[in-house]
Amino acid sequence: MNLAGAVRRRSARASVGVGLLGLAPATFLGVFVVWPLVAILARNLADVGWRQAFDVVTSDATRSILTFTVGQALASTALTLVLGGLVAHTLASWRFPGRAVLRAFSVVPFVLPTVVVAAAFDSVLPTGLGAVLAAHVFFNLAVVVRVVGGFWATLDRRPLEAARVLGASPWQAFRTVTLPRLAPAVASAGVVVFLFCFTSFGVILILGGPTRATLETEIYRRAVFRGEFDIAAVLAVVQVVAVVVLAALSSWLQRRAAVPDRGAATPPRVRGASARLQVAGAVAVVAVVQGVPVASLIARSLRTGDGWGLANYRRLTEPVQLLPVTAAEALVTSLRFAVAAAVIAAVLGGLAALAITTGGRLGRGLEALALVPLGVSAVTLGFGYLVAFAAFDLRRSLWLVPCAHAVVGFPFVLASLVPARRAIDPRLRAAAATLGASPITVARTVDWPLLRRPLATGAGFAAAISIGEFGATSFLARGASGFTAPLAIFRLLSQPGDLLRGQAMALSVVVGLVVGVLALVLERSRSANGVAGSAL
Amino acid sequence: MFRRLATALVVLGLAAGCAADEEADVTATSDDTAASEDAGAAEATTETEGADGDDAMEAEGGSDADEGSVTITLVTHDSFATSEGIFDSFTAETGIEVEVISGGDAGELVSRAVLAAGAPEGDVLFGVDNTFLQRALDGDVFEAHESPMLASVPDELELDPEHRVTPIDVGDVCVNYVIGDGPQPASIDDLTDPEFAAAFVTENPESSSPGFAFLLATIATYGDDWETYWTELAEGGVTVTAGWSEAYYGEFVSGGGAKTIVTSYATSPVAEVIFADPPVDTAPTAVLTDSCFRQIEFAGVLAGTDHPAEAGLLVDFLLSETFQADIPLNMFVAPANADVALPDDFVTHGTEIAEPLTLSPAEIEANRLAWTDRWTEIVLR
Repeated sequence: MNLAGAVRRRSARASVGVGLLGLAPATFLGVFVVWPLVAILARNLADVGWRQAFDVVTSDATRSILTFTVGQALASTALTLVLGGLVAHTLASWRFPGRAVLRAFSVVPFVLPTVVVAAAFDSVLPTGLGAVLAAHVFFNLAVVVRVVGGFWATLDRRPLEAARVLGASPWQAFRTVTLPRLAPAVASAGVVVFLFCFTSFGVILILGGPTRATLETEIYRRAVFRGEFDIAAVLAVVQVVAVVVLAALSSWLQRRAAVPDRGAATPPRVRGASARLQVAGAVAVVAVVQGVPVASLIARSLRTGDGWGLANYRRLTEPVQLLPVTAAEALVTSLRFAVAAAVIAAVLGGLAALAITTGGRLGRGLEALALVPLGVSAVTLGFGYLVAFAAFDLRRSLWLVPCAHAVVGFPFVLASLVPARRAIDPRLRAAAATLGASPITVARTVDWPLLRRPLATGAGFAAAISIGEFGATSFLARGASGFTAPLAIFRLLSQPGDLLRGQAMALSVVVGLVVGVLALVLERSRSANGVAGSAL
Repeated sequence: MFRRLATALVVLGLAAGCAADEEADVTATSDDTAASEDAGAAEATTETEGADGDDAMEAEGGSDADEGSVTITLVTHDSFATSEGIFDSFTAETGIEVEVISGGDAGELVSRAVLAAGAPEGDVLFGVDNTFLQRALDGDVFEAHESPMLASVPDELELDPEHRVTPIDVGDVCVNYVIGDGPQPASIDDLTDPEFAAAFVTENPESSSPGFAFLLATIATYGDDWETYWTELAEGGVTVTAGWSEAYYGEFVSGGGAKTIVTSYATSPVAEVIFADPPVDTAPTAVLTDSCFRQIEFAGVLAGTDHPAEAGLLVDFLLSETFQADIPLNMFVAPANADVALPDDFVTHGTEIAEPLTLSPAEIEANRLAWTDRWTEIVLR
């Protein structure tokens, strides 16, 4: 028996073990995604003939809806990638005062309710495609800034410097050295942003103008207003097929593009005119795209009957006739759900990322499946829960809420974790194993220090997803103990009166502030962590 | 198989959540302190909510508590609001606990009920209105319950002779306008005048309940000529938004917009007074009384409930003086029980709609798609 054989056997055993770890997330997605989808689609497609389904799919109306859905999502994604890439590049290249604040702030829009944000956009831009794109960039910039930026910061800078020394222009060096290595993270963030825009609902409805429809708004209109569950189901199948194809494509691209990398040190302090210009550019992008709408929201929240002040904020702790709990209590409920959702998404997403990067059929299946809840309409999944979980009365369990949030947060954990783990040189693990480390020791000493930060990024997004109440949970009924901040904002905006509107704006600002502060604290705790901090 | 998986996941989730709970409390407390500037109050709030939350997390469902007392679940929409402890007297009298669960708007509520027909989410449903009533009845969502309280309800509100649903409240969707600012319409007829149409914002009937109600108002008023009416409105430059919030808060003067005429509710002027900041003595807006379409909200016992008798008692309670008197200031609609007086603010600042427009639920359901498809062609082209 030679040493190489022993190592091979040991790592083969380890990968079977890791493969088995994938069973937990696979089960989770099976219960909270596949089963409800199958249940609702099977119920509503039961009486649909092939002929009718074919006619719905090939009708002019469906074609124009599909074209607009994909077109606006592609345009939004491209814009977000370019602008977010610019910010990500600056954050990865230079240290400068306010860097942590900039990173943290980019997440704030993510949790602001569409109704509230739309008002800010509506007052600046006329409804239509332009407003839709601007809003999508506003919401999704953080995904690119954090997923691509986090990955970018870990790239070994020496090949780039070598290329520059050898006479490559900055653009040439970026295109031939940096971009290919970034590809997995760009693909991964791009797919998530695309799916978010693909299933965008409130933004399209409010900012798109009354004639614009996407698959998502059309499925809702068919199912809820028109009661045409069958047509809605056919359209939902189209959506699922599109998402699975896209997910498979992205997974293939990422696997092909993945290159092991060695990890870089903390970026240098900003110096030189062109570097300062870059920093100024990044700050300007965030300030214009995200800062202006947030500032207008803050201004509205400070507006009171007799001028300006904090009265709207003070009122958040007082009972309002329209709300079953105070706004502050609703915020606490939101945070509780967020913590539960983030923990579930991080644990199961972490296991799934291990299974995916170890290879195997289960991993590949998981990678495609994980994106489905992001790309499938909330009404389909929400009604799916209703039909699927009727048997156990899980429907009214409050646990369903964080689980449904975690399902949507899950892809963010993967988007951040999978490219990072693929970039870890397998030789590091092999060397550790050769030296006698058990698989657990390898995971603890090789993987964990390099994956902690992407995991935190992913879990942070899962928490933000939960606080913003994305996805199917708005279709789940719940009692006063499940009454969250977004529901409170919605309720406050359901009657006329400046008093209510001021409170809704103030609560939105507080929700954004809480998320921004949480992001900043995470940021700080990381940079304070000596060895690991410098390794990341 | 699914049952086992589900159980395993619930256990896993509970474990994860319990581990997270302590963390949640710490986070919440510090955030609240930062947010509310009143550390003491925030602390207290957090602790009470923490205790409640734990109970709720563990409670899970609850209609099958074995202690002899029955819990009845009231399923409703997101706009359902009551004063705190409104069901206490009902529980004291009957021993029946009430749990309220809400989710989505009225349209989603009906869709959910139809999908879950036979295996309902709760025992009583409140919040289906006359524009969606026929769909719920066709979907066999309810079982019959003839409430003794109906004696106090005007006959014209009882739309189902089989008593599968019971009327609980009445509201009217009306065109509102700002008093003294912009053109002052006197009738629904005036709106087609370009001067008025250009100042008018209404909602898309396919995505908004008041928007649909106003379309029905024009159909009830003009019959087949409703298409001409809307053609003129569209030519005059009427603005259409997706929902009420975008219309009222986005385009209408009250929310900082430029439009002075909006489709809203008969009670909107009352809310404008009650929620004014700074306080005002009179409403800044008024309603066009001949534009009002009547919306009646119903409750019913959900077919498939394990506790039909107790569920029926809850429906009766919804018509009791206690609950009916609580309705106006929470939901800004009028009680269906004619013996219950309106609050002073409603009498002073509200407008009594003596002859509201109506169409039968069956007619609405039969024509919904044709009417809105035609509307879309005319107004949105």
